[in-house]
Amino acid sequence: MSQVLTKTTEPPPAPPPRPSRRGTHRLLGLGVALGVLSVAVLLSVAVGSAMLPLDVVWQALTHPDGSASHATVGDARVDRTLLGIVVGVSLGVAGALIQALTRNPLADPGVLGVNAGAGFAVTLAVAVFGVTRIEQYLPFAFAGAVAGSALVYLAASGGRGGRGGPSPLRLTLVGVAFTAVLAGISQTLALIDTETFDRMRFWGAGTITDRPTGTAGDIVPFVLAGLVVALCCARPLNAIALGDDAARAVGLRVGATRCGVVIAVALLCGAATAAAGPLMFVGLMVPHAVRWLTGPDWRWILAYSAVLAPAIVLAADVLGRLIVMPAELPVGVMMPLIGAPVLILLVRGSRAREL
Amino acid sequence: MNGVFVLRAGTLSLKVTRRAVAVCAVLALALVALALWAFTLGSYPLTLTDLAAVASGTAGTGVRTVVLEWRAPRIVAAVLFGAALAVGGAVFQALTRNPLGSPDVIGFTTGSYTGVVLTLLAGASSYAALAAGALAGGLLTALTVYLLAFRRGVRGFRLIIVGIAVGALLSSVNTWFSVKADVDTALRAAVWGAGSLSAIGRPAVLMASALLAAVALAAPVAQHRLRRLELGDETATTMGVPVERTKLLLVVLGVAATAAVTAAAGPIAFVALAAPQIARRLTGRGTSVDLAGSALVGALLLLGADIAAQHAVPGVVLPTGAVTVCVGGAYLLVLLVRESRRGR
Repeated sequence: MSQVLTKTTEPPPAPPPRPSRRGTHRLLGLGVALGVLSVAVLLSVAVGSAMLPLDVVWQALTHPDGSASHATVGDARVDRTLLGIVVGVSLGVAGALIQALTRNPLADPGVLGVNAGAGFAVTLAVAVFGVTRIEQYLPFAFAGAVAGSALVYLAASGGRGGRGGPSPLRLTLVGVAFTAVLAGISQTLALIDTETFDRMRFWGAGTITDRPTGTAGDIVPFVLAGLVVALCCARPLNAIALGDDAARAVGLRVGATRCGVVIAVALLCGAATAAAGPLMFVGLMVPHAVRWLTGPDWRWILAYSAVLAPAIVLAADVLGRLIVMPAELPVGVMMPLIGAPVLILLVRGSRAREL
Repeated sequence: MNGVFVLRAGTLSLKVTRRAVAVCAVLALALVALALWAFTLGSYPLTLTDLAAVASGTAGTGVRTVVLEWRAPRIVAAVLFGAALAVGGAVFQALTRNPLGSPDVIGFTTGSYTGVVLTLLAGASSYAALAAGALAGGLLTALTVYLLAFRRGVRGFRLIIVGIAVGALLSSVNTWFSVKADVDTALRAAVWGAGSLSAIGRPAVLMASALLAAVALAAPVAQHRLRRLELGDETATTMGVPVERTKLLLVVLGVAATAAVTAAAGPIAFVALAAPQIARRLTGRGTSVDLAGSALVGALLLLGADIAAQHAVPGVVLPTGAVTVCVGGAYLLVLLVRESRRGR
């Protein structure tokens, strides 16, 4: 129960959507963020137990000649970097969506039962069906994540016919309770059998390395579908942020939007978790921090999160390769190590406000 | 005053509703019944007559050993620990003004786990060493979170974010340990991390009881101050409550209650979170905290969970913490679904 996410407050009203100087600034900022992401991508390809100069990286990408360093780039680093980008985009966008949906600046995509569902399905696969290979985890984790979020959404709707969908607070509470139950059962299953425990502890750390080739490609269709749904929900979210009644007053279908957001989060997070294991904290921290840059307009928060979350995932992964050379720290371990101090500084800083 | 009367002791006074008193009485009766039943369960079957014989001192040595040495410590521990966790939870929920605020939020549980991990890494694995590590880790973490969140006073929101951040940091340390350590050591840490009353003996119960007695003495004052704080910081100040000092005291109280349990049994999830909420719905007192009701519900929850952990699956003793998570979580789910039906 570490990620108990709680405070349900109304974010301040969205600013009028007119092209202003502020809009130009945000566009410039997004450009800078894209620059940061490119640097992170380059570093991710170049840095590791074998350090490669950038011109070698470039050659390996454009004219691979089969040498050892080119093989490193082609086989391992590119795959890993691509996976990092896909996972990062998914978690960043999903985090922003779930924070908008629950009107809770501290909500994590895990609130929806995604991680618990995936973890439970993988534990079952390992403990009951005797699955041993990582590539076999993928369908189980994805199915578990999607089923988990669907169950949370349905339980929170409570058979209410769903005119407005479940209220933000109820969604959070049901998600937390559901997560606790499933995590408890998974934990018990793992503790009973040493073999299961041994496999689960590695999956549970969260990493983007040692994945079968093409994992990123496998999840991309789901991620793209999730992003499209997210894009459709971005505008209505600004209205919903003002409250259900206000949203209805401007002719919005609140229930449909909520349902769409849940589908998007399930697709994005399910895919990311299936591929990388439960990566905590990205989806919580990035949108939360991004709000300080963009203000309360969800379209900008989504855009910034989509760019900055992969940058941070890659940066954490690169640092994880350097910090205990020649061993590596998985990105799931590194992420909070660099993210938590930033979050604490932000909340202590003078610009920190009660959201 | 309709169904409301006031208890006075010295300068303290508490408003109590008839319903709250009735609910507490029923809860207490249920607790006694459950405890008696727990005494009779197990591979060595006992009847209530045997229990009476032990109480009057006429029982044989075998029965006395089973009752006093084996079953009593575990049952007493379940009751006391459940009550303590619930009180800790109620205090934090009131402080953070948030139904999900619990000692977990200020990183206590994760910190205790890190303490245990470090103790194991240092090569010690005795129960006393693990308990000391857990206590030190939890208290240090709570203190760190409090200090980091302190900036001209501590506000619930900042406390929660700093708690989440520090908790995430520590849990990544724990994950790293779990991945790096050999299976046996990692499993030992994980078993501790699940929370269990299996290894509870008399010394642990006595130690915890002493600490909890101190907490119980402070509880009426805490209850009084909490009611005032719930009216808002400004109002409480005008009523003569020293707000920041009170908050610090309450944090210490909540942490002490949780620490006593965690050191002895490992982190037992969900009692702190669920018990105050269940109590509130039973006593029907709106948003106000009720420490006595919470304590009773917590004791019932943990005792019931511990009985289930020992006897629900034949041949397997589950960690108590795993059962509390399932039971507490499932109950909260049912409650929420039912409420949404009613509030149509």
